[in-house]
Amino acid sequence: MEVRELICIGCPLGCPLTVKMDGENIEVSGNTCKRGDDYARKEVLSPTRIVTSTVHVTGGAIEMVSVKTKTDIPKDKIFAIMDEIRKVTVEAPVSIGDVIIDNCAGTGVPVIATKDVAKA
Amino acid sequence: MSNHDIVIIGGGPAGLAAAVAARKAGIQDILILERDSCLGGILNQCIHNGFGLHTFKEELTGPEYAARYIKMAEEEKIPYKLNTMVIDINRDKEITAINREDGLIVIKAKAIILAMGCRERPRGALNIPGYRPAGIYSAGTAQRLMNIEGYSVGKEVVILGSGDIGLIMARRMTLEGAKVKVVAELMPYSGGLKRNIVQCLDDYGIPLKLSHTVVNIEGKERVTGITLAEVGPDRKPIPGTEEHYSCDTLLLSVGLIPENELTKSIGVSMSRVTSGPEVNDQLETSAEGVFACGNVLHVHDLVDYVSEEAALAGTNAAAYVKAGEKKEGHVVALKAENGVRYTVPQTLDINNMQEKVTVRFRVADVYKDRYISVYYDGVQVSKRKKKVLAPGEMEQVVLKKDSFAGCPELKNIVICTEVE
Amino acid sequence: MKEKSFDVVVIGGGVTGCAIARELSRYNLNTCVVEREEDVCSGTSKANSAIVHAGHDAAPGSLKAKFNVEGNRMMGDLAEELDFEFKRNGSLVLCFAEEDRPALEELYQKGVKNGVPELKIITGDEVRAMEPNVSDKVVAALYAPTGGIVCPFGLTIALAENACDNGVEFIFNTEIKNIKKTQCGYELEADEMLLKAPYVVNAAGVYADVIHNMVSEKKLHITPRKGDYCLLDKEAGNHVSHTIFQLPGKLGKGILVTPTIHGNLLTGPTAKDIEDKEATATTARELAEITEKASISVKDIPFRLVITSFCGLRAHEDGDDFVIGEAEDAPGFFDAAGIESPGLTSAPAIGVYVADLVAEKAGAGKKENWNGKRKGFIRPEKMTREERAALIKEHPEYGTIICRCEGVSEGEIVDAINRTLGAVSLDGIKRRVRQGMGRCQAGFCTPRTMEILARERNMKMEDICKNAPGSNMLTGQK
Repeated sequence: MEVRELICIGCPLGCPLTVKMDGENIEVSGNTCKRGDDYARKEVLSPTRIVTSTVHVTGGAIEMVSVKTKTDIPKDKIFAIMDEIRKVTVEAPVSIGDVIIDNCAGTGVPVIATKDVAKA
Repeated sequence: MSNHDIVIIGGGPAGLAAAVAARKAGIQDILILERDSCLGGILNQCIHNGFGLHTFKEELTGPEYAARYIKMAEEEKIPYKLNTMVIDINRDKEITAINREDGLIVIKAKAIILAMGCRERPRGALNIPGYRPAGIYSAGTAQRLMNIEGYSVGKEVVILGSGDIGLIMARRMTLEGAKVKVVAELMPYSGGLKRNIVQCLDDYGIPLKLSHTVVNIEGKERVTGITLAEVGPDRKPIPGTEEHYSCDTLLLSVGLIPENELTKSIGVSMSRVTSGPEVNDQLETSAEGVFACGNVLHVHDLVDYVSEEAALAGTNAAAYVKAGEKKEGHVVALKAENGVRYTVPQTLDINNMQEKVTVRFRVADVYKDRYISVYYDGVQVSKRKKKVLAPGEMEQVVLKKDSFAGCPELKNIVICTEVE
Repeated sequence: MKEKSFDVVVIGGGVTGCAIARELSRYNLNTCVVEREEDVCSGTSKANSAIVHAGHDAAPGSLKAKFNVEGNRMMGDLAEELDFEFKRNGSLVLCFAEEDRPALEELYQKGVKNGVPELKIITGDEVRAMEPNVSDKVVAALYAPTGGIVCPFGLTIALAENACDNGVEFIFNTEIKNIKKTQCGYELEADEMLLKAPYVVNAAGVYADVIHNMVSEKKLHITPRKGDYCLLDKEAGNHVSHTIFQLPGKLGKGILVTPTIHGNLLTGPTAKDIEDKEATATTARELAEITEKASISVKDIPFRLVITSFCGLRAHEDGDDFVIGEAEDAPGFFDAAGIESPGLTSAPAIGVYVADLVAEKAGAGKKENWNGKRKGFIRPEKMTREERAALIKEHPEYGTIICRCEGVSEGEIVDAINRTLGAVSLDGIKRRVRQGMGRCQAGFCTPRTMEILARERNMKMEDICKNAPGSNMLTGQK
């Protein structure tokens, strides 16, 4: 049986988690809520993260629009996603939730805007 | 001079939540004064996620969290002035402010809510020796240049201080292609949230060196390197432990200080521990009708709690405006003892308090397996066990009005930590 | 290689060079100031005690004594003419033990011989009545009411602007690498520039020996004497109101504690002789020494309110006096070398003296249209509300505050950039209008100030420097 100690990143509480893995059987303890259990299972099997960054805007009231992956993506895809985000420029106006990149880096997850940018 | 019922100084998360709550409590005549060119404050540059779990039950980025509150304020049609700097507030609640369009204006308020936020401690406050080249940034300044202006501030980075902004910037700069060589922390524990250590440092293999500090900065024009040294229990560098790092950038995330220059101009009593004003359970300062909330009151870790606190200040300011006077009943001092550094509020009016009052505080050191206990005049009334307590994470206890029913002579309430 | 000819080339845009240039501008002389850095006031003149000394320290008969007393006397009128900040706050030299009284008495006598007016020795109790935070151990003090505080940037920049307005050319980012004597004067070589002039003034600060030795066999030797300082928040600015010195020792005037003209509290300098003329790094040891020694004079200095520390190099010449005048074996080459403390105070007097020497040698007459007045920066903070309201109405840019801590508006920053010899770097703006000089040390206002500088100078953000070329703030677009 393998045992791993994790810190939950689901919320700011940062619960210390203990994950016991015995083949298919995974047991999580130390969590305060279900998010901790979900996080621990994902983290030991296929860890994921949300990526946030910014993208240059043309013709907007401000220079940059902040963006994020709509859902969490596999951790090993973070830099591939950043490479794509870095190449993109968008035109104002932009609204929160607008898709900036569809299916980013082959993850099937879009990168969306997290800020409204009006036209200049 | 114009008159308003409630004037809110600052249109960041605290100011917005206070405004919305005051409007919901029935005050029509509200004005927000914001020094920046948009509402939302520092959240605009905090593009990472992790905001709003408490308030909205979902994980938002800073700009999204800000947008929710801006939308609420706009739906409530709360007026605001941008690019407007308040330069003075007096005891008569007269606010002097300037901006391009109105020039210099004086506004008289029935109630004022202070929500100016905080600022970062600069290099000078640590008196780090060495040269004074370009490339030394407080983490928030670098964050603004990157996230708002779209520039890169450095390629090889050392970060001093493990506050949350420093940790977030370690990841942010790494994602943008910079090499973050090390994060050094003077204290034997991190000042940031544990989850930020995991997802900002551990994820990218960035080392965190606790009990270390920068003892020299090199470079005449731009930073060319820094020297780290280990510090002893007295937090003084230990000779012989020096390690050189070549870098072009030193980011500082060494603490936040509530911005209380205006608060001081009113002449209210200040707390030496929080660097914010002292407040009662209404979040009212020692100046009647002047309330404070958010990071100007005490530095928070989580915006969700800022919103909650600010909403309370907004509601209470509304009640004060409606009543037209301050009610004062049985005021009891809250005392922070044995590992609890301070409490906010600092006093509690057990006659006029809400049904429940949340008392927030920080501890002085990292403690394991301790109780947080509450005493009324020396009698323990509650205790709660915590596996870990850390100065970087704000704690709270909730005091209920009915718990004071049997204490007509109550003089003080003590909040402390206790070992088993 | 660019080639330019002048009547006079002044090497060094510090306070001494600028004072000389301003006085030279009275004459019909085609004058330039050549400066290694991107701005004036970038060496010793920017990092010192900002004190206008009364003049009791220097040996009677020395050039230091002469120019100090004369410079001090001139400072009041000059501050009015050139509109920079100066105040006679008075200074106190503290004596901590009865056995040191003879030394205090000696200092008093020196002051009298030097011609310092109004000097007197006062008792410990009289000192404490004037300065409640002064040490209980003080038994007596030398009180000099004519001692003052000045903004060293304000003084230097005012002199430079006035010189420039009267026709002096300023050449920046140009370091003189070699000087050749020719038939008709001197050729000064820089990397991409050759300057020719019959007359040269050497006001090169810690490098004045290097410059002098290029043309003269009578060698000078300047030792950089390093001094660290700690600057405290304005909250501590009222801790003392006079400039508090300790009885001088071998290496200088001890550690002083003084309010600054802007209302901060300044402590320092340490004194350490070094070889490296570029070594302006503070050290932990010296910063600790400041704390320790300042506390001997003044009680309870709130060192937790330190907002920055810095280091300056004083140009100490082996002869322990200013070296001023035409070099014996280099006709037309004038030194203003070894200008250490009280150099800031002495600068106006040195300026007059050296300019007159040069003009006499050149046989130059005075200009008819010379204007010695210069208008300083508009400071909304110092205005009444009505005045300020009117100013913003006329110039809305004074209504946008950029630097919160010091209350500096966009209007002041634009003025700093666009006026005569305007700022080209962030430090240049800071020294002119105090943007970023407050308690947050430019945390909030750096991005905004960079934008304004980029806009006004039509520069790219990436090209904006903190000070000299190479001190770029950014490393590119994201």
